[in-house]
Amino acid sequence: MAFEITTKTWPGKIPEITLGKDKGGGFRTVTIGGEETLPFHHFEGRTANRPVIALEVPDSDPENWIELAKEPYRDVLDNPVAWAKRAVDDFGADLLCLHLRGAHPDRGDRSAEECAELVRTVLDETRVPLIIKGPGPSDKQNEVLRKCGEAAEGEGCLLASAVEGHYQTLVATAIAYGHYLVAETPIDVNLAKQLNILISEMNLPPQRIVIDPLTGGLGYGLEYTYSVMERIRLQGLGGDPMLQMPMICFVGEETWKVKEVKTTAEDQPDWGDQRGRALLWEIGTAVSLLISGAGILVMRHPEAAAVVRKAVGELMGEGN
Amino acid sequence: MALTGLQIFKLLPNTNCKDCGFQTCLAFAMKLAARQAELDLCPHASEEAKEILGAAATPPIRLVKIGTGPREVTVGEETVLFRHDKTFYHATAIALSLTDTMPDDEIAQRISEAEGINFERAGENLTVNLLALLSESGNAERYAETARKISDESGMPLILCSDDPQLLKPAVDACAVRRPMIYAATEKNWESMAELARSFKVPLAVRHHGSLSDLHDLASKIREAGVEDLVLEPGAGTLAMALENQTLIRRAALEQSDKSFGFPTLVRLGGGDEGPLTVSSAATLAICKYASIVILDRYEPWMFLPLLTLRQNIYTDPQKPLQVDPVIYAIGEPGPDSPLAVTTNFSLTYFIVSTEIEGSGTPAWLAIVEAEGLSVLTAWSAGKFGGELVGKRLLEMGVEEKVSHRKVIIPGYIAVIQGEMEDAMPGWEILVGPEEAGDIPAYLKEVWE
Ligand code: B12
Ligand code: SF4
Repeated sequence: MAFEITTKTWPGKIPEITLGKDKGGGFRTVTIGGEETLPFHHFEGRTANRPVIALEVPDSDPENWIELAKEPYRDVLDNPVAWAKRAVDDFGADLLCLHLRGAHPDRGDRSAEECAELVRTVLDETRVPLIIKGPGPSDKQNEVLRKCGEAAEGEGCLLASAVEGHYQTLVATAIAYGHYLVAETPIDVNLAKQLNILISEMNLPPQRIVIDPLTGGLGYGLEYTYSVMERIRLQGLGGDPMLQMPMICFVGEETWKVKEVKTTAEDQPDWGDQRGRALLWEIGTAVSLLISGAGILVMRHPEAAAVVRKAVGELMGEGN
Repeated sequence: MALTGLQIFKLLPNTNCKDCGFQTCLAFAMKLAARQAELDLCPHASEEAKEILGAAATPPIRLVKIGTGPREVTVGEETVLFRHDKTFYHATAIALSLTDTMPDDEIAQRISEAEGINFERAGENLTVNLLALLSESGNAERYAETARKISDESGMPLILCSDDPQLLKPAVDACAVRRPMIYAATEKNWESMAELARSFKVPLAVRHHGSLSDLHDLASKIREAGVEDLVLEPGAGTLAMALENQTLIRRAALEQSDKSFGFPTLVRLGGGDEGPLTVSSAATLAICKYASIVILDRYEPWMFLPLLTLRQNIYTDPQKPLQVDPVIYAIGEPGPDSPLAVTTNFSLTYFIVSTEIEGSGTPAWLAIVEAEGLSVLTAWSAGKFGGELVGKRLLEMGVEEKVSHRKVIIPGYIAVIQGEMEDAMPGWEILVGPEEAGDIPAYLKEVWE
């Protein structure tokens, strides 16, 4: 009996989303989505765009990061604009994730106006699309993201994140100023769908939503995220329009906080060299989420990002 | 592929004679479908029915065993494409390679390093599984001697790697009782390799990096030559190709009951000049996407904790999180004055917290409250770890007899339950511990001196 490949096609398709704004002068956009098949199943369907990698840019010195993660930015820790430029120019970020952590009342309580100014400067100076991540679901986040959204009108930014109970202001902001929205729910297909419905009912088109299925890092819930993403993608391709969004995974923040990454080789000799172990912790999380359906990976360490970028290239069938 | 009750019913005589002990043929068919009865019970079943049901009962992917004794490796017998549909059963076995040109003391050292890789995580021991001995000397005697030594001295199963059957034969002979796997049969050598595997009754890897249909033909021929335990190695030159080939093989086995692809698969990595991080990223894909065995020709000590943790994650049963018994555990040798802490029965949580307490050097009592195997915050959000409930359970568990003081430490992330717990445990002081378990040692030092 000879072997013949049997292929599968799907009724659903993931719509394409183009982040950023093409205004000439070296400004870049990034297009994600467009999958008509399971991740990287090129033998049976089209994957229109490669998944992209965003690097994290904290708005202020991230005092809770370990040394290893700060190392590439040692001299610009308190200069988010220089940090952002380096992430793009030297480390090849496709886009940036500006984390407005300093706007949190416990971390400096930076004003919405200051945040908006920073967003403007980063946009003008780096020329890549921007994910604007607020300080966490709260009234302050709503205020901050509204001001930032206004300052970045028409720039096609991705605002993060709308959650159950805190989404209305962000939806209105995305509609008013032409942005995209991350909809975050805790590792559950039905909750993801429900939030997308609520957001769509406020008239933000589903093609403007990116799902954050919530990342459990390697060893800390990764398998749950992995499976929920596979299920979301299967249902989306199966035809459910409320689950056809591209997915984003905040890989960096989930991996760099865990003990296996923070512990030195002196403290745990049998775990081996900390640097390789830590980078692999981030790479392993990223690659597994890539093959379960991520369209945007938000990563922390440029070296880990470089290895994952190479993996994306191979998975897209480039090179040998 | 499993048959439904109705499909089985159609194969039965439909006389309802009750000889099988069931009221009707249909009732019996349902039991068969649920695998709660065997076909032998029906004396009237036709040969055809026996054949079809027999084929349906054999697993679509063969179970293959390599090695003997406590470190025996079992791969295959998977039943799904997506882990959420059931679970993945036999975790990817990791093989570390060494060569017969290495000096004996280096070989000995590598073996003891490989055997020593053992991380305890969430109640499991994470280890690497196999040694792959490459033949680089080209000397059959040296190769056989090395293989014999390894199999005498190490409990780890062996993969004997060479494309030359002549060279392999003495080595296979030398350690056949330990059931090594031969690697690999190819287009060129398959007849002698099949003969070798058959006569020594050992598993055989089949390698073909060209088209899948060529690999399929090769596997078919070897099967027909009478070798039952095969492991397939398709091309994995790029990650895209690895993903495609592994997926198509798994699908053909599960969905088309393809017999020649109904075997575990193998991926070999690290033979080129890629750096160890790139090798690891390929290993990540292999573990997620169906590889039953990964041979690493290049490895670094720091690769193992992340890769083995990933493997543990992917092969965890998604229907049922690993749990520990909800009792009061003694960490170290605590007495009535020792601290008492509480957490959930999620294995990972228990493991992390108990490790930290142990590391702190302060013996303590750790009370585990049943919470359906959920982590602290998940359990609390799901309403399984509220203050009243936790307080009540602690008293029922008899914490009052364990300790003479009246203090209990709760996880920092759920400080909000403090008030309710105080109400549920009159006379007790509820201490809010740190959020991260890593800060427990410092906390105990400060609070418990
Ligand atoms: C994996 C996961 C799940 C899995 C469950 C995994 C499991 N077995 O628990 C699934 C997908 C099933 C799940 C479901 C839900 N989840 Co959930 N989940 C997570 C996730 C990603 C990781 C949890 C985990 O495994 N942590 C690792 C363990 C080891 O952590 P831990 O138990 O807290 O232990 C640490 C500390 O607490 C401390 N510690 C533990 N014990 C003790 C004891 C003492 C004395 C001390 C001092 C310290 C200490 O040490 C440990 C390490 O530092 C988190 C988000 C995240 N990234 O962390 C969300 C999260 C916990 N989930 C959340 C929610 C809301 C839910 C749901 C309620 C969603 C819903 N509405 O359905 C459901 C509830 C499930 C149910 N049965 O109804 C929220 C909780 C929000 C909140 N702040 O309260 C979180 C934080 C996500 C979020 N940001 O929204 N979840
Ligand atoms: S013994 Fe066979 S024929 Fe008789 S009732 Fe049972 S299944 Fe039907």
